Amino acid sequence: MSRIAARRQQATGMLFAAPWLAGLAVFIAYPVAASLFYSFCAFDGIRPPRWIGLENYRRMLLEDDLFWKSLWNTLFMVGVGVPLGLVSALGMALLLNQKLRGMAFYRTIYYLPSITPVVASSILWMWLLNPDLGLVNLGLRALGAAHPPGWLNDPAWAKPALVLMGLWGVGGAMVIYLAGLQDVPGALCEAAALDGAGPLQRLRHVTLPLLSPVILFNLVMGLIGGFQYFTQAFVMTGGGPQDSTTVYALHLFNQAFLDFKMGYASAMAWVLFVVTVLCAVAVFRTSARWVYYQGEAR
Amino acid sequence: MTAGARPPRRRGWWRSAARAAASHAVLVAFGILFAAPFYWLVATALKPDAQIFRMPPVWIPSPPRWENFPRALSYVPFGLYTWNTLRICTLSVAGTLLSSSLVAYSLARLHWRGRELVFASLVATMILPSQVTLIPTFAFFKALGWLGTILPLVVPPFFGSAFNIFLLRQFFLTIPAELSDAARIDGCGEWGIYRRIMLPLSRPALATVGLFTFINAWNDFLGPLMYLTDDRSYTLSLGLQRFVSQHSVEWGMLMAASCMMTMPVVVLFFLAQRTFIQGVALTGIRG
Repeated sequence: MSRIAARRQQATGMLFAAPWLAGLAVFIAYPVAASLFYSFCAFDGIRPPRWIGLENYRRMLLEDDLFWKSLWNTLFMVGVGVPLGLVSALGMALLLNQKLRGMAFYRTIYYLPSITPVVASSILWMWLLNPDLGLVNLGLRALGAAHPPGWLNDPAWAKPALVLMGLWGVGGAMVIYLAGLQDVPGALCEAAALDGAGPLQRLRHVTLPLLSPVILFNLVMGLIGGFQYFTQAFVMTGGGPQDSTTVYALHLFNQAFLDFKMGYASAMAWVLFVVTVLCAVAVFRTSARWVYYQGEAR
Repeated sequence: MTAGARPPRRRGWWRSAARAAASHAVLVAFGILFAAPFYWLVATALKPDAQIFRMPPVWIPSPPRWENFPRALSYVPFGLYTWNTLRICTLSVAGTLLSSSLVAYSLARLHWRGRELVFASLVATMILPSQVTLIPTFAFFKALGWLGTILPLVVPPFFGSAFNIFLLRQFFLTIPAELSDAARIDGCGEWGIYRRIMLPLSRPALATVGLFTFINAWNDFLGPLMYLTDDRSYTLSLGLQRFVSQHSVEWGMLMAASCMMTMPVVVLFFLAQRTFIQGVALTGIRG
């Protein structure tokens, strides 16, 4: 009886999981294997792939200047945009976590940009960042800047412009912090206050450690998203000026779907994967030192 | 005795009032920064060209002119694109809810060999950049003859999405096992437990997953860009982007079109505000 029951249990479990098991095979396992294979091939998407060994990787690392430039552009978006986003989202969540009237209203305003359709917000920001007539430079001139930046028209300012626009959309991370802050027991903060800890000390020694798993979550999500940054650059600049916003995913997309170098693009995807994994591993390695899980250190 | 007690108390009141006022000042300042782009979006959409390019700027369109909206509508088949987008959204939501909840139930409640491995695959998938699977998936759909149709966008959701399965599994784990055990003793099968116990109890989590799937499908750009080759099948995102590349300086019209694309999301947010905000806490992202 028990063997039949066990077999039935196994069948039921797998039956319920069947959509994912099939999806895993068709939409993950097969494409991962195929793209690894393509990365060693010349492949234009029409004729069958032709094995060329490490040629794609050699060309990428030694001959394609735009590969290095796009990698740098993406690293800029990740290295500058992600930390700035994390800190501002946290600051806003702390502001919103006070017991004051009107919080739901403020929360709505801070959150809405993050669910605005990317294409719509990209178009809006092209207009806001217009050097002559845009709201950003109107504001800067009103504050006394005689020569505000040319933003998307200036190779030096185009990436900072995209970062600025990204900061407008940090509401998503902010809401996740807010949820985490609800879990910080008020009693702990009060106890620290009674022991004479000021607001900053309470933040540093009570709130932040308890919030650290959420910070880790937002950091990892930010990294993964940052490495795939694409749509805003595609819509707003198309990579310009002077390739200053040709981010990695955009270069990859152009290689695959404009130049039909799908083997080369697959090789680029694998390099992106390796870079992402290295970063994730580095973050998880160091996380043991700064992430504190409630109930772990008993 | 009152004279001795009063001053410190009053000072305390002043202090907390001053602190509240300072907090409000900071919140309002940031509020203005975050709301200003929306204001400029609407204000520009309501200005005729002459006012848009005037210096110094016209802060309040007077009188507000609606002509940009019908003009934008005459350039872009907005109704058709909305219908295309809604079709994709609805099918994505249906597929995701159905398949992700089934898989999540299996991973949370059923015991079978290989379950842990499959759960690990979910987590690993989330780190995998979509670029890695992009090209073979494209080639695969092309070989099936699905290019130019919405199938590449709406069929994959029926196979579950890693993130949503993960969230629903976390939620199912919080539902007491006693409930399903009792039902099992009463002769209820796993399908019955899933249908009559888990799904009704998980309404808030399912609403969150459905809502975010809808918004993501509504906002998606890369998918339609790759697969919708025929301009009769464009979604709003793709249509709007194509519109920009053709009318790059007609800001009034562009803002009107962007307004129309953003409005449904904003309305949806106000209708389902609690689902949005509490859903994040509900699905238990921590740990």
